Amino acid sequence: MNSAAAPPAAPPSPRALARRRRREALRSFAREYSRRRAGMVGLAGLLALVALALCAPLLVDPADLTVTRAPGTAFEPPSARFPLGTDDYGRSILDLLIWGSRVSLTVGFLATAVSVALGTLVGVTAGHFGASGGTGGRLLSSALMRLTDWFLVLPTLVLAVALAAVLPRGTGTIIIAIGLTVWPATARLVRAQTLAVEARPYVERARALGGGHLHVMAWHVLPNVMPVVLAQTTLLVATSIIAESTLAFLGVGDPTTVSWGGILESARNAGAISSGIWWYMVPPGLAIALVALAFTLCGRALEAVIDPRLREQR
Amino acid sequence: MTSLLDVRDLHVTYRSGGGEVPAVRGADISLKPGETLGLAGESGSGKSTVAMALLRLLPATARVTGAVELAGEDVLTMRWGRLRAVRWSEAAIVFQGAMHSLNPVRRVGEQIAEPLLIHRTVPRDGVSARVAELLRQVGLPASRAADHPHRLSGGQRQRVMIAMALACAPRLIVADEATTALDVMIQAQILALLKRLVADHGIGMLMISHDLSVLADTCDRVAVMYAGRIVEQGPAHEVMGAPAHPYAAALGAAFPRIGDPASRRAPRGLPGDPPDPADPPPGCAFRPRCPVAEEVCATVDPPLWPVAPDARGESVRHAACVHVGPVGEGVR
Repeated sequence: MNSAAAPPAAPPSPRALARRRRREALRSFAREYSRRRAGMVGLAGLLALVALALCAPLLVDPADLTVTRAPGTAFEPPSARFPLGTDDYGRSILDLLIWGSRVSLTVGFLATAVSVALGTLVGVTAGHFGASGGTGGRLLSSALMRLTDWFLVLPTLVLAVALAAVLPRGTGTIIIAIGLTVWPATARLVRAQTLAVEARPYVERARALGGGHLHVMAWHVLPNVMPVVLAQTTLLVATSIIAESTLAFLGVGDPTTVSWGGILESARNAGAISSGIWWYMVPPGLAIALVALAFTLCGRALEAVIDPRLREQR
Repeated sequence: MTSLLDVRDLHVTYRSGGGEVPAVRGADISLKPGETLGLAGESGSGKSTVAMALLRLLPATARVTGAVELAGEDVLTMRWGRLRAVRWSEAAIVFQGAMHSLNPVRRVGEQIAEPLLIHRTVPRDGVSARVAELLRQVGLPASRAADHPHRLSGGQRQRVMIAMALACAPRLIVADEATTALDVMIQAQILALLKRLVADHGIGMLMISHDLSVLADTCDRVAVMYAGRIVEQGPAHEVMGAPAHPYAAALGAAFPRIGDPASRRAPRGLPGDPPDPADPPPGCAFRPRCPVAEEVCATVDPPLWPVAPDARGESVRHAACVHVGPVGEGVR
């Protein structure tokens, strides 16, 4: 089709129409979402956190975070100069916290993205071919689920440590190590939901329409498992951030970067628990809890907006 | 004129944990364009299995033998790609339970457009116009396309399913209990709509229902199934008015007639249950419940015989009962 030759009074091209429709869909989605107060609170919290992580270089001088050029003395309690006190080297806990949000959030987001994508792909494929594939399909489904089981019984920590030890050191390695070890639970969950969706008459109808495997999976199954995937995502972000801190605690993380898990770990090493230095322990723990809460609030609101049945009930 | 649908000697056997369960045992059906054939029978008699077998929609545990010719092509031996192309563009199904045959998270218009996009029947930018046209054909405003299924009533959803069935202008429509879940008023509306569409477009329709009064009202011909076999078939008014097979008679008598006090005080049901398909009785499957069974019925499973044949031995009606069979076959 040659759009240049079209008369000027012609109706808008299909692509422009599709763009407009997409824009309208996005607007109505935003409208629906904004009606949910808890979702808005969660979103505001997340946006603030992301903004904080992005602006960290403006707020904190990286030089202050080095052990040798620490601005204060060891274990200063909260004061006007150090609102959250200092650690055992005299570094400001608030500065560490702000800087640590960068690694924690990056790892949390990316590792979750890796594991949710992998888990959803495996889960939907295994569920779909297990339910309505032929003999070959059921073989593929069984093979995928046995692989999932294998990853599921492997101790996550051991596998992550082994992966982190083999791969070159760095944040990317941590992301891959966490992403590759957390996906089996998502895969099982998505597969179960896929089997439930595959049993619905509209899937049979879609096959009668002449729809192929890809059509059924992408058009009918995926939107119906999305609420589960989203709920799982919100939980996994928190899991990933905790997994990252665990790896940092075991020394397989990147020691040159500051993360919330790393702060918690150094607090433990410095004996902050026994000596009652609460300002070293509580802030990073609280930060992790708040991020998890914000994600949960957002996830619940998203779930309600995506599922039209939940939308009407309220 | 060649027939649109030709089912010959269709057998469907489900493999289950306990062994093989024959669900359809030798069904022959033929349908001409513009004709409506009713398929009646109790639950479990194999009606829906026949419908699903027409487009090879049965689960992998079902073994299907025989021939299903749709417009001259055998569906059972078709290659996968061709089968997908034939589904819906040649034969469409209006499913039982429109409530659940629509995806709850997709808009109605998107779902009507689904077969259009899969089969590329209309160019992409013509889809919404075609959807509006289809909705108008089934008596719904085009604005309904933007609604999700849960905002529609049961009758409206069934109309949407019919619009979807019409989308690719198929030559055959299979209505599988399409009006069963609806109340009587809506049922009458949907039946009238189906009748009009079949007449307007010259579509062949296979209508499956356990409700003989619905079939009598809508169909040219009726076939009655019992335990996986067709036991009687012929013009609708003849099968209803003067059934030759005792099962067809019992099925027709099971519906009380309005204004007939006799049928209200003593509704004539049928004693007993249909036979276990995994373990059918020897001889005629209907014998244990048959009021006119004879000794010979325990050994002979009669084929379809012409009822009141003409001089050449042919008839528009057939029934599978020893009481119908020709004298002198040694069965009477």
